[in-house]
Amino acid sequence: MALNGMQIYKLLPKKNCKECGFPTCLAFAMKLAQGNVEAEKCPYMSDEAKAQLAEATAPPMRTVKFGAKDFEYALGGETVLFRHEKTFVNRPRFAVMFSDTMSPEEVDKKINNINAVDYNRINEEMYVEIAAFRCESQDKDAFIGLIKKVMENCPKVVPMIITENAEIAAAAVNECADRGPILYGANGENYEAMVNLAKDKKLLLGVTASGKESLYELVEKIQNTGYRELLLDAGSRNLKNAFDDMVNIRRTALLSGDRTFGYPTVAFVCDMAEDKMMQLACATLFVQKYASIIVLSDIDYSMALPLFAHRQNIFTDPQRPMRIEQGIYKIGDANEESPLLVTVDFALTYFIVSGEVERSKVPSWVLIPDAGGYSVLTAWAAGKFNGKSIANAVKEFEVENKLKTRELIIPGKVAVLKADIEDELPGWKVVVGTEEAATLPNFLKNYRQAVS
Amino acid sequence: MAYKMPTQKYSGKINEVTIGTDLKIGGESVLPFYSFDGDIGNKPAIGMEIWDVYPESWPEAVLNIFKDVVDDPVKWAKFCIENYNPDFICLKFEGANPDGLDRSPEECAEVAKNVADNVNVPLVIAGCQNSEKTAKVFTKVAEALANKNFVFLSAVESNYKEVGAAVGLAYGNIVAAESSVDLNLAKQLNILITQLGIQPDRMVMDPGCSAVGYGFEYVVTTMDRIRLAALQQNDSTLQVPMILPVSFESWKVKESIATEDDAPEWGSQEDRGVGMEISTAVGVLAAGANAVILRHPRSVEVVRNFVNQMTE
Repeated sequence: MALNGMQIYKLLPKKNCKECGFPTCLAFAMKLAQGNVEAEKCPYMSDEAKAQLAEATAPPMRTVKFGAKDFEYALGGETVLFRHEKTFVNRPRFAVMFSDTMSPEEVDKKINNINAVDYNRINEEMYVEIAAFRCESQDKDAFIGLIKKVMENCPKVVPMIITENAEIAAAAVNECADRGPILYGANGENYEAMVNLAKDKKLLLGVTASGKESLYELVEKIQNTGYRELLLDAGSRNLKNAFDDMVNIRRTALLSGDRTFGYPTVAFVCDMAEDKMMQLACATLFVQKYASIIVLSDIDYSMALPLFAHRQNIFTDPQRPMRIEQGIYKIGDANEESPLLVTVDFALTYFIVSGEVERSKVPSWVLIPDAGGYSVLTAWAAGKFNGKSIANAVKEFEVENKLKTRELIIPGKVAVLKADIEDELPGWKVVVGTEEAATLPNFLKNYRQAVS
Repeated sequence: MAYKMPTQKYSGKINEVTIGTDLKIGGESVLPFYSFDGDIGNKPAIGMEIWDVYPESWPEAVLNIFKDVVDDPVKWAKFCIENYNPDFICLKFEGANPDGLDRSPEECAEVAKNVADNVNVPLVIAGCQNSEKTAKVFTKVAEALANKNFVFLSAVESNYKEVGAAVGLAYGNIVAAESSVDLNLAKQLNILITQLGIQPDRMVMDPGCSAVGYGFEYVVTTMDRIRLAALQQNDSTLQVPMILPVSFESWKVKESIATEDDAPEWGSQEDRGVGMEISTAVGVLAAGANAVILRHPRSVEVVRNFVNQMTE
C-alpha cells in the first residue's frame, strides 16, 4: 500500500540539510508522497529505507516483458481504468492457440493464417504476436515437435508454453529459449518448480488458479519467493465470469492499490466460444476491458481487421492524437487527371475523408500537408493549414510532376483559404468542396462530370 | 490476507425508457455489464436496419440475403422479424434525401404507417443525411404513427426544435438526441430538448458513432465519460439511454466495402463486414450502449449471443 507523508518522513534522516532542494525533510516527504519527486534526491537515506520507499511508491500495476530482440513486448503498467483519465500504455497482444493433439493439416492451416495476416495500419505493423502451445498429449516429444515446427515457420511469433508439468515445461522452454517464451501453468501444486524454471530463464510466468480468491493466495505465495514477472489467470472460461475476472483484477490493483493483483491478465477466448465471430466479440470486449494477452483459436482478416484497428484506437494516447503520414494518397484507380483533394494530417479526418472518397467510387488523390495533426478548423485557426503549408506539400510531394490536373479541392469549412492558396500556387485553381465529408460522394460524382 | 473484491457503488441510475408497448431499455445503476457491482438494468436491445428504398449501396453479399424482400419495406421488415427476431426494426428514410430520390414527407409517412401496421415490434425511424428534410419527414411520420412510443433518430442541434415539438410534444413519440462525439454537446442538446417540455424518460441519445479503427477511441471515451457522469456524479441530464446506429458506420468503411477483387488478400467481404459490425457493436455495448442497430443477420445472432451471455 502507498505510504503517506508522515510515514515517509519517518524513513528520512531528518537532518533538514536542504540538499534535496526542499527546506525540510518533512516538506520533501510530502512531495514524495504525492509522487512529485524522486527518492534519489536525498543523499543520506539508508538503503533499507530506499527499498521500502521504492516498494511504496512503485506503480500499482507492474510492467512485465516477454519475447526477444525485435519481438519483445511490454504488458501491464497501466495506471488508470479509463483512457480519458490519462492514457492506456501497453496494448494487449494476440495469440493463436495450437495443441499437440491437432492434426498436421490443422497445424499447417494455422501457420499459414498467422503468416498471411501481416499488414501496416497507420504506421503500426499488425500481426499475431504469440503462438500458444497447449500440451495435451503429455508426450514431451510430440509437444516439442509441434513447437519446433511452428517456430521454424512463423518467424515473428513468441511462443507461449502451456503445461502444468514442470518437466515438460523445462524441455519446451529450452527448445525456444532464444525467443523469450512465456511459461504458463504455475498452479498451487507445481509453483515452486515453475518459478525456479521461470527465474532461471527470466521468463514471464503465467499463474493459474480456479477463482480470484485462490489466485490471490497463490500470487502471495509466489511473491514470497521473490518472483514478480507474472501473468494472471483466475481460471474462468465463460465470457461473463472471465469479464468479472479481468475487471476486478484490474480494479483490485488500481482502485484498492493492492499489488498482489498488480499484474497483467490473459483471456483464453479460444475456450469461451467456438464460432470465430463470437471469439471476435469476446476479444473486442477484452481489448477494451482489460486483458493483456488474448488467445484466439485462429486468425484471418475478418477478425484481424476489426480487432487490430480497435486496439490501435483504444491504445491511442488522448493527449497525442494519431497523425497520418504526410504525402499524396491514391484512392481507387486514380490517374493523372483524377480529382485532387486536400485535407489535414489528423488521422481521424483523413480516415473519414478517404472513406467517403472511396464510397463515391470516383478514383481520386488526397494530399496531406503538415497541418500539425489537428482537425481542419483547429489547424486553420492555428495557422497550420493555409496556403503555405498546402503549397509546400504540393512541391514536396511533386504533385505537379505526378498529376496533370491543376485543380485542388479544399474542405468547405476553410473556403476562406481559396485566395491564399491560389496566391501561393500560381497556375492552380482552388475549388471549394463540401462542408461535411459525408456529402463528398455526391460532390465528386458531379465534379467528375464537370471536368469531363 | 484474504482477497477483498473492490466494488464501485454509484448514486446515479440510467432512466428506463419504454419503446413501443413493452421494449424497455436502460435502468442500470452500474457500468455496462458490471453485474458484480449491482443492477445492470434491462438487456441491451438489438434492432435491424431496413430502408424505404432499394439499398443500392449495400454490398452484394448483404443484398443477397434480402433480395426477395428488399423492394418492399413491409416484406423486408417481416422477413427480418420472422427469421432473425430483432427487438426492433430501424426504418431508414434514405429515399427522402434531397440529393437522391427526394421523396416527400407524405410518401414517407405512408411507408412508415404501412410498416407499423404490419409488424409486431417497435420501430426506430431514421432520417436522411439532410437534417432540414429529416425534420420535415419526421413531422409527417410522427403524425402518422402518433402515440406509438417509437424512437425518431434523430434530433440534432439544427433541427431539435422542430423534431422535438412534432415527435415528442405533438405526437407522443420518443426523441433521440444526436450529437457528434462530444460530452458537452451531448449534455447541451439533452438540456435543450428537455427545455422544450419533453420528459427525460421520453428521450434517448445517440452520442455519435464510428466504426472500430475510425476514431472509435473518441466514441468509447465520450460514452465512458457520459456514463461516469450519469452514475458517479448523478448528472440527470446524462441519465438517458444510448442508442447507437452501428450499421450506418460499420458498413461504409474500407474493410467492409472493398470487394474481393479490390483486396484479394483480405478474403471474404461478407465476413469482413460482419466482423467490423460485430466489433463496433461490442465496443459500444461495453461503453454503455442500451440499444444497437445492425444490418447483417449473422451480426444480430452473434451480438445477441454476446449480450445474453453477459447478462444472464
